Amino acid sequence: MDMKAGKKKLGLKEKYRLLTRDLGWDSSYHSKEEIFPYANYEGIKIHDWEQWEDPFRLTMDAYWKYQGEKERKFYAIIDAHAQNNGHLNITDARYLSALKIFLQAISPGEYTAHKGFARVGREFPGVGTQVACQMQAIDEIRHAQTQIHAMSNYNQFYNGFHAFSDSRDRIWYTSVARSFFDDAMSAGPFEFMLAIGFSFEYVLTNLLFVPFMSGAAYNGDMATVTFGFSAQSDEARHMTLGLECIKFMLEQDPDNLPIVQAWIDKWFWRGFRVLGLVSTMMDYMLPKRVMSWREAWNVYGEENGGALFRDLARYGIRAPKGWSDAGKAIDHMSHQLMLGLYQWSFGTAFHSWIPSDEDMDWLSAKYPQTFDKYYRPRWDHLKKLAAAGTPFKNFGLAKLCQTCQMPVVFTEPDDPTLLCHREGVYKGDKYHFCSDHCQEIFDREPEKYIQAWLPMPALFQDPLNGDIGAWMNWVNLHDGVDNGDYAGSQDQHNFEQWRRMATSNPS
Amino acid sequence: MAVSAIKEYVGVARDSLEKFNGKQLVYFSWDHHLLFAAPFLLCVEPQMTVQQLIDGALVPLLQADPDAASLDWSQVEWLKSNQPWRPELQRSLADNGIGHKDQIRLRTAGLNSLQSAA
Repeated sequence: MDMKAGKKKLGLKEKYRLLTRDLGWDSSYHSKEEIFPYANYEGIKIHDWEQWEDPFRLTMDAYWKYQGEKERKFYAIIDAHAQNNGHLNITDARYLSALKIFLQAISPGEYTAHKGFARVGREFPGVGTQVACQMQAIDEIRHAQTQIHAMSNYNQFYNGFHAFSDSRDRIWYTSVARSFFDDAMSAGPFEFMLAIGFSFEYVLTNLLFVPFMSGAAYNGDMATVTFGFSAQSDEARHMTLGLECIKFMLEQDPDNLPIVQAWIDKWFWRGFRVLGLVSTMMDYMLPKRVMSWREAWNVYGEENGGALFRDLARYGIRAPKGWSDAGKAIDHMSHQLMLGLYQWSFGTAFHSWIPSDEDMDWLSAKYPQTFDKYYRPRWDHLKKLAAAGTPFKNFGLAKLCQTCQMPVVFTEPDDPTLLCHREGVYKGDKYHFCSDHCQEIFDREPEKYIQAWLPMPALFQDPLNGDIGAWMNWVNLHDGVDNGDYAGSQDQHNFEQWRRMATSNPS
Repeated sequence: MAVSAIKEYVGVARDSLEKFNGKQLVYFSWDHHLLFAAPFLLCVEPQMTVQQLIDGALVPLLQADPDAASLDWSQVEWLKSNQPWRPELQRSLADNGIGHKDQIRLRTAGLNSLQSAA
């Protein structure tokens, strides 16, 4: 018998209901607690999942259509980039250090976020939330893929791109970003949503993606600009989901407020530490700079972040605990970390360099209170050592923070001449931290953080036992090729030679 | 509970002493000498004397700083776990109570060559 055709196409509202809310059902063989065993242990109380609002009301059919369209555009441009020798159109090959750090530390985070959203989409009992998380899970894996594809073209021509997944797993500076995501992944579904959906996507994303994408545009990297655009419309949805999640928790029960506030304190600070890498990129790695890290912080941190926390004040939320210490660090952090990246560059899968006189003048102008006073003398001394043929390599390796895993390069909030030394004892063992805030995060859940895999101590355990050469093999770092100073590197040599061939008639 | 978990959960410390095959970690920093971007991580034998640590590890590491030549080890102020403390240089790290992952700091009043005069 023929099926009777429907009267007409479904309306948007009806389609949304059928394709999201209508997918949920009440179980009869198992209790709700058995099906959603992770929904309660974090202490967040939800009384009515139906109150969850999805501001985008996006359904799967529409989602596939939009994303498919974006993919077609993206790959058309990536092809054009490859065919037009896009790898020669960048300002110069120093720019690629920023890209290498991004590929090694941040793109794998997109993949982790994919796994996380796939998981919490299963763990949340509300069907609206499940669908939203499912879409974000697909977005995140798409972002990881498009970023890897966009950068793979550079891998044909330049060093340091070839082993990003080994770098992600094994090298040291990437563990700052990796531990951020691992921490979120091993938390419950609500904390994960706050960590990634709110802190990362909402509070910090502007400071990561906007400067990075503008940096790509300023430095002629069309491939990266393209994935930025391709991801941008997803980010708007992710930010809304993150904010919706936080408001939902706060509206459901007053007992949720102190839990949410503690997570905001924690995840703001963890994110701020990841931004340390971004600050070096903005102030030191872009041959053509967009704005200083300080200027970016003024706009995206102080202004936007400040407005957000004023808005959330009606729920009883205050600015994150680390907010004021973060403010004090802004004029110092990029310089402190970059001095570290330079002196440990024998162990980085990207190049560093001593800033030129012109670069240093720019830094003085952007950091009038701090650069000439604290940082120029150190760079000048490093320059002298390099000129004398004894460039400084710090083989002492670095103490790492047990929580954020950053080398402890940052100073006391009120004394930029003194490193911040913080330590505590748990079950008879000592643990060290870069700041009061990282110590507080540890103290709330010590059983979690004592398990942290810290790359520097690990180097002195089996099977490497302190053998730097064996370590380089293990992290897939080619000594003398991927690492060290940009000056004299193969990347520098090749870029200059190819560019000369493309723009003149070398004999 | 010391971790948010669905049931009793006990972690395993990743960097405990027995993982270092008879050695231990010591962290060392020279206050106000920020040419060295972070405290040094040293993996050493607990039977080594403090003098051996100075001669074998610290002197070569600190050499890059212009103050290194004027550093008089008999006059320095020491801190352990951020508290004033005095090691006996000819005795071992273990005898001096320098445990696994202890942080030693050095203070040298008057030496601050890489800070701007301004």
